[in-house]
Parts: sequence; C-alpha cells; structure tokens
Amino acid sequence: MTFSNFIEQFWPSTINGLVLGSIYALIALGYTLVYGVLRLINFANSEVFMLSAFGSFWALQILGVPYRLGNGDDPYKTGLALVGTLGFMMLVSMVVGGTVAMGLERIAYRPLRKRHAPRLVFLISAIGASFAMSEAVGEFGPRGRQEYGIQRVLQKRKVFSIFSADVRNDYIIVVVGALLMMTVLVLFVNRTRIGRGIRAVAQDMETARLMGVNVDRVILITFLVGGLMAGGAAFLYEIYNGTARNTLGFELGVKAFTAAVLGGIGNIKGALLGGIVLGIIENWGTAIFQSNQKMGSVVAFSVLVLVLMFRPTGLLGEALGRSKA
Amino acid sequence: MLLEVDNLHVFYGRIEAIKGISFTVDEGEIVTLIGANGAGKTTTLKTVSGVRPAAQGRIRFEGKDITKMPAHKRTEMGIVQSPEGRGIFPGMTVLENLDMGCYVRRRGVVSTRTQDLERVFSLFPRLAERKSQAGGSLSGGEQQMLAIGRALMSQPRIMLLDEPSMGLAPMLIQQIFEIVTEINQQGTTVLLVEQNAAQALKRADRAYVLETGRVVKTDVAANLLDDPAVRAAYLGGH
Repeated sequence: MTFSNFIEQFWPSTINGLVLGSIYALIALGYTLVYGVLRLINFANSEVFMLSAFGSFWALQILGVPYRLGNGDDPYKTGLALVGTLGFMMLVSMVVGGTVAMGLERIAYRPLRKRHAPRLVFLISAIGASFAMSEAVGEFGPRGRQEYGIQRVLQKRKVFSIFSADVRNDYIIVVVGALLMMTVLVLFVNRTRIGRGIRAVAQDMETARLMGVNVDRVILITFLVGGLMAGGAAFLYEIYNGTARNTLGFELGVKAFTAAVLGGIGNIKGALLGGIVLGIIENWGTAIFQSNQKMGSVVAFSVLVLVLMFRPTGLLGEALGRSKA
Repeated sequence: MLLEVDNLHVFYGRIEAIKGISFTVDEGEIVTLIGANGAGKTTTLKTVSGVRPAAQGRIRFEGKDITKMPAHKRTEMGIVQSPEGRGIFPGMTVLENLDMGCYVRRRGVVSTRTQDLERVFSLFPRLAERKSQAGGSLSGGEQQMLAIGRALMSQPRIMLLDEPSMGLAPMLIQQIFEIVTEINQQGTTVLLVEQNAAQALKRADRAYVLETGRVVKTDVAANLLDDPAVRAAYLGGH
C-alpha cells in the first residue's frame, strides 16, 4: 500500500472511475426502477446486461465486421461508417436488453403476482432466472465459458488530457452516452403520462389502479425501460472494454446493484450518484493498492458498509416514491 | 339504474367479509352505506371499483356486467373512487395529483383539463394556493379536498367516497359534506361510505345499513335518521 502510487495515479484513476461508474449507474437504474414499483430486487437485471453485451457482439456479426480491424486491409471505421456501425450496435443491444427484461417480467414475475406469491418467492425466481441465463450462455454459447473478444470498431486514441491523465475518445462516448440516456430517462419519468403512471404505482399501487392506471402495463414498461438502460450500458461497456463472457452480468451486476443501494435504492438520482461514487472509489482503491483490482473492490464494498452504517437508506434515501425523481 | 350490486360475496383469504350484499344507486342520487367498523363498507366499495375480486354475485354499471372487468377499465367507464385514507401520492405536487385524476383520458379526445381544474379550484380554493406543494405536505383536510378534487378531474359518472370525514375537525367535516352535496347537485352521482352516520344520513337520498357483511336495513335516509334502532346503534342514542 503506497500513497505515492495513489497520488501519481489520482487523475487517471478518477477518470477511469467516472467511465466505469457511468456504466454502473445505467445498470443500477434497472434495479432501482423495478424496486421502486414492485419492491423487488430484480437480480436477473445483471443477465439482461450480459445478454445485451452479446447483442452488441451479434450486431457486428450481422454487419460482417471482420474480427481484426486496424491492421492491413481492414482499417478502423471512421466517419459515417463508424457512426452507423456504433448506432446499429447500440440499437441491437438495447432491443435485446428491452426484450429480455420484458420476457423476464412475463415469465418469471407476472405469474407469481397473479397468484399472490410471498415476497421471498420472487427473489428466488429472480436468482433462478439469473443463473439460468448465465449458465445457458456458458453451456450453449459457441465458445462456451471462454471470454469473447469483441471487434474493436473504434480506434481508441487520446483526445486531450486533464493534468497528467489521458482522456480517450471511447471514455468520452461512454460518459456522454450515459448522460444522454439518463437525461432522457429522467424526462420520461417526470414529464410523460406513462412516467407519471410509473411514479403513481411506486407511491401507491392501489390508488394508482383506482385512478385508471393499468398497473400490469406500467410494470411491463418499467422492466422495458430498465432493460433499455442495461442494453445501452452493455453497448457502452463493449466500446470501452470489448470483451464479454457468461459471467459478465454477475461481475458488473453486483457492482451496479451495490451502486443502487449506495445511492438509495428506489431513487433515480441515487442510482446515478451511487454508480459514479462507486466507480471512482473502486478505482482509487485499486490505485492505492498498486493496481490490484481485487483490492479496489475491497475498498469499494468497505465504503458501502460504512455508508450504510450511518445512512441505512443510502446517500439520497429512497425516493421514486417520495420525491419528484 | 346506474349501479346495481346483486348478491355480492367477497372473501379476504378464507374469511367471508361480504355475505351477499345487494343495493342499487340511481342516476343523480347520493346513496350511503353506513355501519360499524368491520361491517364491510370499504370492501364493498373496493369491489365495486375493481381492486378486490368478487367471489360471487353481479355488479352492473349502466346495465353492463362489470363483475370481472379490471379496475382501470371501470375508471374509463366513469367509476372513480376516492379511497379511505385519501390515497394522496405524497411525492407528487397538488397539480400532479389532480392530473392523475385525468390519467384515463386518451390523446385525441378533446381535453377539458383546463375547465376541470377551474372547477376543482373554485370548489377548493385552498388547492389553488397549494398547487405546486407536495401532496404529502398537506394537512388532513387539504388532502381530503385533494382526493375529492382528483376524483372529479376524471368527470366521473359515479363517485365512490370512502370515509371522507375520517380524522377531520367538525368544522372541516361540515365543509367537506357541503361540497359533496354541491358536487351532487352539479350532476355527479355519489356512493358514500361513512362512519359518521348522522352527517351521511343528512346528506343522502337513501341509505343501507350494513352489519358484518350483510344489509340489515334500507330506507330513505330521512326515515333512518328518525328510526329508533338506527339512532341507538349509530347516532349515539339521541
């Protein structure tokens, strides 16, 4: 443990943390939205993310993008070709995310709701669905449990630097993309009729029903929105990281869920704050312990425990029900 | 008949809360269901609005069988309930709460939101003053006004009011009941559930007395007000 390393790595690790934190925040939104309306931790949200990451991969297969770009005959994409390819990746990723999330609600949760199953049963169903998807990809995927490298469409390069830290073009895409998606989500929840329906169900499901809200439809849309966020997150992650495997959902899902709890589960702004704070602290932790990433996680989760000791409802508290956003 | 309830049975788990209730509400009436705590008044209202399933019996609205219809479809037909405990969305502003009242209105249909808001604000000037305040920060009386105003926003054919006087000071109770009468005179049919039987009987056209899930007596409200048995049981014996 050396602080000289930390000081040296302060800016690079902060920027890395911001990038990874933006991705955590997007996934965390899926947990928080569903928790807000159903008081259910949708553990399978992590697998929505994992399958969406494969969706990004699949999009490039559909387009026939060769495996190794950047050498010889296959240059990196630029200009319109780049924008088109990335746009298609994002589209497929989000469609996969939204579809899987809605399928989950219809198959794993709605039948239980119809039978008034106890709360614990939902949790078991969530964990079961999560394992089923992760293991199915591991067993039946073309490369099984191995890591898949995803074609690097975008040539990564330094755009500018803050202090001594390089800011790469993929970092900018991730942070700006995540901010855009979050803005659209907040506007959707606060300004649209369906968004008002979501908030009504979160605050008082029975009264929402009395006001004419089709609660089943609102729940389905909530899953859809969470899935779209996870899909967008998966696309951004693949631009930044470029690998996927069947356990990817678990690895990032645990962090994103932690981010949601850290910020205050049920609270949209909390998910954003929690994601960014967790990403940055994790990377600082890694820097303090000389680039040992496992220690980064130790630091991040220790901070979570500490925060919850003093603020059991997270940094901002639960609020999809209580406040405006 | 606007609303007909015929031999309704409702269960909570294995307990039969409603054991064969029948009643009717005609267009333009105020009908009240009175009775002690646990008589089944709230359950009856919830079953009419569709948030509780009926085990047996029929509910007809404008002649149409709605017994199995989901709650949100009933709201679209014009059945709106102001729930017990008021059901204000605490994190929404007063205006947003009122807008939840016209949630059922679809795009393409000419919106009367502005007129409806004006009507609610003229009935409850207090709500206009607190327009952008969070619903959860209102006083009990204001929340009750908001609950009634919100129900009005959907231009209901029938308004189901569950215990509007609960927890309010006598002066406020008087005011709330005056407004209920006024709303009724403006053309909205009202089905009122109340523990405050004296006020309810004064305002209503007809009344049904409920006891442990059954209707034990029904008459014109004014007659029940003079009925010795009703006076002894529900009006404090005076």
